[in-house]
Amino acid sequence: MGIVSPGFTGRRRGGSDLPPGQYLTRDFPVLSAGPTPHILTEHWEFSIASETGEVYRWDWQALQALPAEDITTDLHCVTRWSKLGTDWKGVSLDTLFEDVETGADFVMAHSYGGYTTNLPLEDLLDGQAWIAYEYDGDPLAAEHGGPARLLVPHLYLWKSAKWVRGLVLSDTNDLGFWETAGYHEYGDPWKEQRYAGD
Amino acid sequence: MERTALRRRLTWQVGTVTEIRQETATARTIVVDLPDWPGHLAGQHLDVRLTAPDGYRASRSYSIASAWSGQGIELTVEQVPDGEVSPYLVEVLKAGDPLEVRGPVGGWFVWKPEQPGPVQLIGGGSGIVPLMAMLRAHAAEGSTTPVRLLYSVRRPASVIYVDGLKELAASDDVDLTFVYTREAPPGEPRVGRIDADLLQEKAFAPDDELTTYVCGPTPFVEAVADLLVAGGHDPSRIRTERFGPTGGPR
Repeated sequence: MGIVSPGFTGRRRGGSDLPPGQYLTRDFPVLSAGPTPHILTEHWEFSIASETGEVYRWDWQALQALPAEDITTDLHCVTRWSKLGTDWKGVSLDTLFEDVETGADFVMAHSYGGYTTNLPLEDLLDGQAWIAYEYDGDPLAAEHGGPARLLVPHLYLWKSAKWVRGLVLSDTNDLGFWETAGYHEYGDPWKEQRYAGD
Repeated sequence: MERTALRRRLTWQVGTVTEIRQETATARTIVVDLPDWPGHLAGQHLDVRLTAPDGYRASRSYSIASAWSGQGIELTVEQVPDGEVSPYLVEVLKAGDPLEVRGPVGGWFVWKPEQPGPVQLIGGGSGIVPLMAMLRAHAAEGSTTPVRLLYSVRRPASVIYVDGLKELAASDDVDLTFVYTREAPPGEPRVGRIDADLLQEKAFAPDDELTTYVCGPTPFVEAVADLLVAGGHDPSRIRTERFGPTGGPR
């Protein structure tokens, strides 16, 4: 299937450690659907709401008091750039979920500014996801989701909700912002799950 | 025909380039005949896929410049220095060549003619492309929705769609302001970036019905969106599309 593009040879900026269709960037592009929210840490709050309505809350000090991890990971954006070996600091979702009682299979992440994205709960646990608040040794800049963002590096980056303010657990896999606008409901970069039906 | 189904499965299709128009020294418009195109909304984008003789492939997303007309699509591509796909599209591709695309994609940075309320468009550089699709859709529909465009460019020679924009600006419902950041044409005294005073003077005031679309390089969009929010605009009524490097952390 497909065609040969007359005169195209390619510059081959990919590599064997990149998912299919990705190219390597050293920059850190910003993609957001609206203005960048500027949230002061003293006003910041993060919550997890269970499917029964029980709500667990952390303010900035409570988050900082939790054990943090240094994370070195690759990022893959659905717009096809990948950035390798990025350094973050944050709190594992395993830590935040320690006392949360739930039987739900799905999560909707909610952000300051109104953004949402849906994930299976199992993709947030077992050392796969963090609430990250430092990038490359500095506090996370607002344009990259600061003061804190979700970081789920094994999925396309739109799942790593910037300016995250809470997770809502659910028995049903409802669709978030980009998922409703035509993007894939799961978003595995290695399977090139970019758009609905991929 | 249905304009778009947001969660329709997207498949690759091969179109034929029927025309190429040079817009500026570094940007050109590619007209593609696509017999199986499902239609699109103004502001949506598509993926272009190039395949080398040995099977190597590269894809990138581009905003669609045309309003849905039933004849296929138009893309306007600005050459990215050190790019992989844009140099091919801007320098190599010619009329008669096949082009493989998939889309349309994106259901947020779009304008629908039935949408109530005025429309403020703010574009920087090649960020004009999806805004032009909106202006063309507005004209094609004969919409009387008031539209204002602020178009920030370095110099007169950087203006994409100069003739088309002047034509559209003749409409009573469309108000067009060029903002020159480096060099203005004769008789135009102001040179500089979009600032709070300019927004106050030329853009719509905050309004519950207003939708604002900002598209351009990341630092441009960050600056303009921050100015709008500081000026009292509801962030939820501002839609943004950013491209290119941040100049931020590397």
